[in-house]
Amino acid sequence: MKFVDEFRDPELGRTLAGEILATVQTGRHYKIMEVCGGHTHSIYKYGVDDLLPENVELVHGPGCPVCVIPMGRVDDAIAVAHEPGVIFTCFGDMMRVPGSDGTLLDAKADGADIRMVYSPLDALRIARSTPERQVVFFAIGFETTAPSTALTLKRAKTEGIENFSVFCNHVTIVPPLRALLESPDLRLDGFIGPGHVSTVVGARPLEFIPADYNLPVVVSGFEPVDILESVLMILRQLNVGDSKVENQYARVVPYEGNIRALEILAEVFELRPHFEWRGLGFISQSGLKLAEAYADFDAELRYAVPGVRVADPKACQCGEVLKGVIKPFECKVFGTACTPERPIGTCMVSSEGACAAYYNYGRFARDRELV
Amino acid sequence: MCLAIPGRVIEFVDESLRLACVDVAGVQRTINVSLVDTDERPAQIGDWVLIHVGFALSLVDEQEANETLTRLQAMGADYETELNELRESAIR
Repeated sequence: MKFVDEFRDPELGRTLAGEILATVQTGRHYKIMEVCGGHTHSIYKYGVDDLLPENVELVHGPGCPVCVIPMGRVDDAIAVAHEPGVIFTCFGDMMRVPGSDGTLLDAKADGADIRMVYSPLDALRIARSTPERQVVFFAIGFETTAPSTALTLKRAKTEGIENFSVFCNHVTIVPPLRALLESPDLRLDGFIGPGHVSTVVGARPLEFIPADYNLPVVVSGFEPVDILESVLMILRQLNVGDSKVENQYARVVPYEGNIRALEILAEVFELRPHFEWRGLGFISQSGLKLAEAYADFDAELRYAVPGVRVADPKACQCGEVLKGVIKPFECKVFGTACTPERPIGTCMVSSEGACAAYYNYGRFARDRELV
Repeated sequence: MCLAIPGRVIEFVDESLRLACVDVAGVQRTINVSLVDTDERPAQIGDWVLIHVGFALSLVDEQEANETLTRLQAMGADYETELNELRESAIR
């Protein structure tokens, strides 16, 4: 229990760890996936997994928005950034994600005008103040981030700003979870449901997991004690053969989500027939594009986007990591050729990525035997 | 960009655009609060909100805000990066 003293409530942490120990059934192995990169980060920062019995295994899912962007889309972004007169804007995290021939940071060094922004509204501000240039925003993220892009587009339309467009890579959380559950590679016993994305979509969209796959889901907060409590709630469901959606993070997540945000998403975006995910391949109806009414702001219609599918580097196993099939340290290049300073794969780029979390908190090998 | 950081609404910059100035650990910047408006209760001065890429994503109470801030500060470099990106923001 090396980190439990750093918990907000160490006593509660110890109590929950004790209850978990008393709840697990010997001879049974529990494999629980946390979907959200923020949870992965908390688990390793605070050593939450060290408080769990050996037969409770946490595996990490595809919930880091930077990690799931496929290489071809980074190449597309770089191609747009090199268009004459374009100011290309993106979140800082995306600058270091490798495409097949370098990163956006490399493209910037080569002369492309690429600027980090904190918010899509900052990208819109740049467009407003430089009307002689075209400003493109590289939109990424799940339903957590998509409403921000949607509201920015609504404002651009209202103001009639014509030199602003969005390269849309927004994705939705449910289809990749279903794809994982359909995958023969992985047998899961339950899910720690995502935190921030659930503030937008609510807990209801996760109901397909118990309904169709008979597995428990607990939407969880980010404190270490939240994650421990969520694990306990999942174990209790499993022990009595129950499966339902529970909301451990009700202090922030409304079960029905943020209705206003959902209405805005429905107005500004529509589902693509399919979208490619790093490591998971093409998933039906998993990506968003701008709706017809916003087509004038669609960078994919404004510019010639190569749209070439690029396979990940052979050495990189981000795909298996994102599916929870291998642990980061089982990847051949983890911590050697691939480090946060010089990442090969996306999972090492973002601090929310499983590889970066393992690397930064010293998880270089399996430190306990799995049952 | 993946973090949601807590801040407190200190004044409205543009009521009709729902732009408000928030204080995040001493850094004061403008964000959009329309996603936490409801018909019954629009966002108000004094509200604590979780902020994600320039938008208030959810209302929280002061205790939740303080606990979230403490946890984020313990993250070190990642939190500093997020705060520095917020400092560079000039939403209007």
